[in-house]
Amino acid sequence: MNAPVREISYSQAIQEAMAIAMEADERVILMGEDIGVYGGAFQVTGDLVDRFGSDRVMDTPISELGGAGVAVGAAVTGLRPIFEFQFSDFAALAMEQIVNQAAKMRYMLGGAVSVPLVMRFPAGSGTGAAAQHSQSLEAWLGHVPGLKVIQPATPHDVKGMLLAAVADPDPVMIFEHKLLYKMKGPVPEGHYTVPLDKAEVRREGRDVSIVATSIMVHKALEAAEVLAGEGISAEVIDLRSIRPLDRETVIASVMKTSRLICVYEGVKTLGVGAEISAMIAESEAFDYLDAPILRLGGSETPIPYNPELEKAAVPQVPDIIDAARGLARGVR
Amino acid sequence: MATEVILPKVDMDMATGKISKWFFGEGDAVKEGDVLFEIETDKAAMEIDAPASGVLRNVTGKEGVDIPVGSAVAWIYAEGETVNETAVPLAPPATAESPLPVSEAKTPAAEVTVEQKVDSAPRATPLARRLARERELDLARLNGSGPRGRIVSADVLGASNMLVDARAQADPAAVQSEAPGSTAGENALRHFPDGSYELQAHSSMRRTIARRLVEAKSSVPHFYLKADCRLDALLKLRAELNAAAPLVENVPAYKLSVNDLVIKAYALALAGAPDANVSWMDEHLVRHSHSDVGVAVSVPGGLITPIIRQAEQKSLSTISNEMKDLAARAKAGKLKPNEYQGGTGAVSNLGMYGVKEFAAIINPPHSTILAVGAGEKRPVVTAEGELGVATVMSVTLSTDHRAVDGALGAELLAKFRALIENPLSMLV
Repeated sequence: MNAPVREISYSQAIQEAMAIAMEADERVILMGEDIGVYGGAFQVTGDLVDRFGSDRVMDTPISELGGAGVAVGAAVTGLRPIFEFQFSDFAALAMEQIVNQAAKMRYMLGGAVSVPLVMRFPAGSGTGAAAQHSQSLEAWLGHVPGLKVIQPATPHDVKGMLLAAVADPDPVMIFEHKLLYKMKGPVPEGHYTVPLDKAEVRREGRDVSIVATSIMVHKALEAAEVLAGEGISAEVIDLRSIRPLDRETVIASVMKTSRLICVYEGVKTLGVGAEISAMIAESEAFDYLDAPILRLGGSETPIPYNPELEKAAVPQVPDIIDAARGLARGVR
Repeated sequence: MATEVILPKVDMDMATGKISKWFFGEGDAVKEGDVLFEIETDKAAMEIDAPASGVLRNVTGKEGVDIPVGSAVAWIYAEGETVNETAVPLAPPATAESPLPVSEAKTPAAEVTVEQKVDSAPRATPLARRLARERELDLARLNGSGPRGRIVSADVLGASNMLVDARAQADPAAVQSEAPGSTAGENALRHFPDGSYELQAHSSMRRTIARRLVEAKSSVPHFYLKADCRLDALLKLRAELNAAAPLVENVPAYKLSVNDLVIKAYALALAGAPDANVSWMDEHLVRHSHSDVGVAVSVPGGLITPIIRQAEQKSLSTISNEMKDLAARAKAGKLKPNEYQGGTGAVSNLGMYGVKEFAAIINPPHSTILAVGAGEKRPVVTAEGELGVATVMSVTLSTDHRAVDGALGAELLAKFRALIENPLSMLV
């Protein structure tokens, strides 16, 4: 059965997923700051409070640690909360609940409980929100066993992955790039899921593999189009999940193309690309590398407020093109 | 403090060089600027000057042996300075990419030979290493085409393809001893009885010619345009110009050859069809503002194409005299790299050997090459429809179809022909 497909935005797709989950299961509740009447910092929850009432669409106080603690407790005691941060940067305030509680409980209690919690993090730069509201901190949480950490890049994926996350027995952290919220794409109606542990080859190629996350997937695809015009065939992989990591897809791609570029908005050093690079270096794909692995990541600075500097602080399409040209032509 | 004498990098892509001749020996006194030795590179010989004055010692760079760029080949000690005989100085790990002289730290204690050092650590990608391992190729024998001399997969595959036939002989020892780059023809050896042939080692020039031509003919899509040019007017003009040459110290100031006129005509034709005066690069087309015409010159053991720069602007006498000088120095192996590298188009003339017509292989970055046959008397149909006799020269234009299409090539060839048949237009 094929559900009808429409073009809707990334934020509409999230809202639709939450509504479907809430319709299907009354244990699903939404929590977060200003997600009720105000509709959420980025209007993602919208009017869900009107449909489901303030008992299930709960405004929490301006205390991320408190809100996250309530959400973890609710998850442990039988609800399936979806907790929204206004900005992913504020995860810093809730780290105790995320890292020491949500991620550890199932393990420490011998499987007696699980924490079916979803947390949503509006992330990334490009909105002029400056250093404390623009970071890409997924690698922080990707470092914690017990969590699942995903970065859907399309409206289709964010809906399907959010529905999979709600159904998952463990805490799932969803990093949503703020610039994606308005991006439209084909999304089927009704319920469907997208696996939380599978990367997706967005474009097949033979000369260089570009492994990208979140909004960088779209920049990589744009770059690949330009590169194709120059005779360089780039394969673009949307990583989708950084924990767990879909090693097989990346390894297979690198074994095909022999060249790898990792593109991610988080700070380059110790970021997602560092993990991908090291994973490839350790894998059977090592013997297939015909050029150094390159990482294009965010600069080693806080995200600047000045719009030009803000752009310069994260990889852009021309950077990806240059890097791929360099690898394909053998100048790196 | 003794001064190290290093084998310098005198040519792009040069990984090793051979000292063809030392002009000084162990213990000789040398002055800074004296020509110490001569290097044979892929294309030419270069003379290397002494970097300091003093006494030449520890001459370790042997003549005729491939030496990695950057290696110390000798030392120059100041007068009266104690020569440290035990510390035979070697260059620091001489890798292919070392630029000109490495002046800092020499690690004298090294006991390994230069060859061993190079063998132990070729720079190669993991893929190149795996492919070499699977094909039992010795990486140290390959030239790396990647950045800093890195051996990449293409280098291994290229060498391996050439060895495929040789390997079929099931004589692993022979395969091992054959340097990659040897031709598939090795297999053919079994068809000849022992003693009926001798094996001649390739010169570096021969290898370069082989590599570049394989590369050009297999990667540049050639197509060919032929035309016959009537030569009588040009021959008459040439005779008149040569007869009118002023005497300088009782020698005519110039003696134009047909080829000099061909060079000039081709340069003007390129200038008149600027869309064909281009170089194809993957990322863009290079449009040249001058006609730098490469002219194929046969030299002992191979050929080389010195360049007449901005030939469209030069007078015939200038072109003629420049060409004589370049050809003479080419045959003596004394061309400098900047005299034969580059160029925007080329001319190859085998007319003097009586060749009627032929097609030449384009030499990138050129997009065209004009192959010129002999001028010979042939029956022709005159403008009046009568049968007559004219001196006719057949030419074939080879064109890189990536950059120059058929109609454009035809335009270039038509301009060339018009200039040859109306040679006075070259003088204005």
